[in-house]
Amino acid sequence: MDNVLVKDGVDAETVEAVKVLSGTYKYGWDTDIEMEYAPKGLSEDIVRLISSKNDEPEWMLDWRLAAYRRWLNLKVPEWAMVDYPKIDFQDQYYYARPKSMEKKPESLDDVDPKLLETYKKLGIPLKEQALLAGVEAPEGERKVAVDAVFDSVSVGTTFQKELMEAGVIFCSISEAIKDHPELIRKYLGTVVPVSDNYYATLNSAVFSDGSFVYIPPGVRCPMELSTYFRINAENTGQFERTLIIADKDSYVSYLEGCTAPKRDVAQLHAAVVELVLLDDAEIKYSTVQNWFPGDENGKGGIYNFVTKRADCRGKRSKVMWTQVETGSAVTWKYPSCILRGSESQGEFYSIAIANNMQQADTGTKMIHLGKNTKSRIVSKGISAGKAQNTYRGLVSMHPKAKHSRNYTQCDSLLIGDKCGAHTVPYIEVKNNSSRVEHEATTSKVDDDQLFYCRSRGMGEEDAVALVVNGFCKEVLQALPMEFAMEAQQLVAISLEGSVG
Amino acid sequence: MLEISNLHVQLEEEDKKILKGVNLFLEAGKVHAIMGPNGSGKSTLSYVLSGKDGYQVTDGSAHLEGKDLLDMKPEERAAAGLFLAFQYPVEIPGVGNMTFLRTAVNSQRKLRGESEMTAGEFLKEIRAKAKDLKIDAEMLKRPVNVGFSGGEKKRNEILQMAMLEPKMCILDETDSGLDVDAMKLVAQGVNALRDEKRTFLVITHYQRLLDHIKPDLVHIMANGSIIKTGGPELALEVENNGYAELLGERA
Repeated sequence: MDNVLVKDGVDAETVEAVKVLSGTYKYGWDTDIEMEYAPKGLSEDIVRLISSKNDEPEWMLDWRLAAYRRWLNLKVPEWAMVDYPKIDFQDQYYYARPKSMEKKPESLDDVDPKLLETYKKLGIPLKEQALLAGVEAPEGERKVAVDAVFDSVSVGTTFQKELMEAGVIFCSISEAIKDHPELIRKYLGTVVPVSDNYYATLNSAVFSDGSFVYIPPGVRCPMELSTYFRINAENTGQFERTLIIADKDSYVSYLEGCTAPKRDVAQLHAAVVELVLLDDAEIKYSTVQNWFPGDENGKGGIYNFVTKRADCRGKRSKVMWTQVETGSAVTWKYPSCILRGSESQGEFYSIAIANNMQQADTGTKMIHLGKNTKSRIVSKGISAGKAQNTYRGLVSMHPKAKHSRNYTQCDSLLIGDKCGAHTVPYIEVKNNSSRVEHEATTSKVDDDQLFYCRSRGMGEEDAVALVVNGFCKEVLQALPMEFAMEAQQLVAISLEGSVG
Repeated sequence: MLEISNLHVQLEEEDKKILKGVNLFLEAGKVHAIMGPNGSGKSTLSYVLSGKDGYQVTDGSAHLEGKDLLDMKPEERAAAGLFLAFQYPVEIPGVGNMTFLRTAVNSQRKLRGESEMTAGEFLKEIRAKAKDLKIDAEMLKRPVNVGFSGGEKKRNEILQMAMLEPKMCILDETDSGLDVDAMKLVAQGVNALRDEKRTFLVITHYQRLLDHIKPDLVHIMANGSIIKTGGPELALEVENNGYAELLGERA
């Protein structure tokens, strides 16, 4: 009952939040700060420069250079249902860091106040307090550790000391390369290999920062971990790399948020996230992606090409991807699970909202390799305006994945009559004891539902927000409480102007 | 309370006239019933009053306490005190019944410039009111009308009415699809809300609902207008003789 009441309150606050936040994209401002850029364009020298800026060992540079050389021979993938002007990879900055970050601050107290102010304004106070996004933690003393990435660098990570006492390593990946080379060399690129795909290869060559997490055997991470990505500089791509290792019988819940200023020119974001799970480990990875979506005419916005993959190496390991994709002009993202360990489980819960001229091609891959593995996919796609929203998913049962199961539910909701929803499921089953279920629906926001809500006193946009939040309920419930609130508000805000 | 004069309505999409000069004057505290054969325009009247899309008012007016209803958005009409209990309540998957109601109550309060009801106040009130209508806690948690039986849907409408405390309540065939016990329960709910400031317009096909909700006046509607008005005995007359005689009488 109590649980229901909290959810109840959340919904009411959503509607309230919609009214308060009358603007559309509320993170569209920028920070005026002195920056240091690498020269425009991509070359071996730029790769060397990024590596030297991060003070990296030789082996890391070699790894990057090998990726770069491979990338030169790759072709841009064109199979996704997204249409955008050709990206000029030489017309981008690959490295941008605030001047004040030239020397990594010793502690959060030494971080440039302008940067601290930026995160405060975003609702991410870089102080060690039990708050995230200005939302009061419902359970009182709930702490969230934050790694804040600004353009190409991590500006600070909170609660490191307290986490270290539990044996948890949480730091920027640039620090991890220096401080924990044995873990990096053992795991980096083992889930998403350098050769994986065009954007993953590019990322491997030029990633500048990101987050690193290691949870030792038997440890339940004492707080939620999160990384907040902010793109600020113009004409600059963000290429971050995240590596999370959950050792035997460990648990961690990790949150990721992202925003960018409103700019007329589209910007590139190509991230790689690798999760490694050993026996009995569990990772919950939640994303609220709110990159600038471009204006209503499709000008500007982030091109979001992301490779996320979890490798359930251990027996009985369990990974859960939850994503709320509301931003970006173009989204190309398929968080996937390799279910290698027997009895391992993968789950994917997704809400993808595309409004105005946004295009989203997103989904997941569930690769069942081990026996008795299970996966579950719940995808909710919402299209409004002139947007195109595609679910693309693969469920693959390999010969040895005996007695494995998958359940896929794929629902699309259309608002208005100028948008599109597409579902592209690929299913491969190579043994005869596994079971795959796929359900898909497409519906329109029903005028009768809206009239019913309005006849009870709700405004038109509140009514849409309520109906859409209902449509997304199963996924919203999979998010940690703090994110569930933020996500509900986002759902409402991203659909503003979609009716009437 | 509600004054409808010479109301003419046609469908927006096609040139089909449905209401052809409806005149009704409903005083505060009274219960009016509208009866009539299928297709006479009863439900259309309720939709037009509450502001549903798809209808075009070509002539006439409707005022709630002097305010021009037809000029207001559906939510503004609701905040002004109009309530329609739907003949077919709409399902909203994933939205908890209680969430829906609390959002509705507070939306109306905001539109009226009143302070919102806190979670505690709301909970206390809804529990008491739900109990009277034999609506259990489980039904309050379920998504709005999803998987509700016919009787549950109608009781839920009455619960919404009780929580929103409207001045002008329109019940569109609330008795349809109900068994005798369910109808009694719904009627009890309605009767509990009767007072000298609240007006009811009960749309029904059958006399039997009016056995439980005693009307002050009964109107017979046919072919888009009110053809006869009388006391409760008019409903009995219809029950015994059908509409044919009345329609014939008029012709």
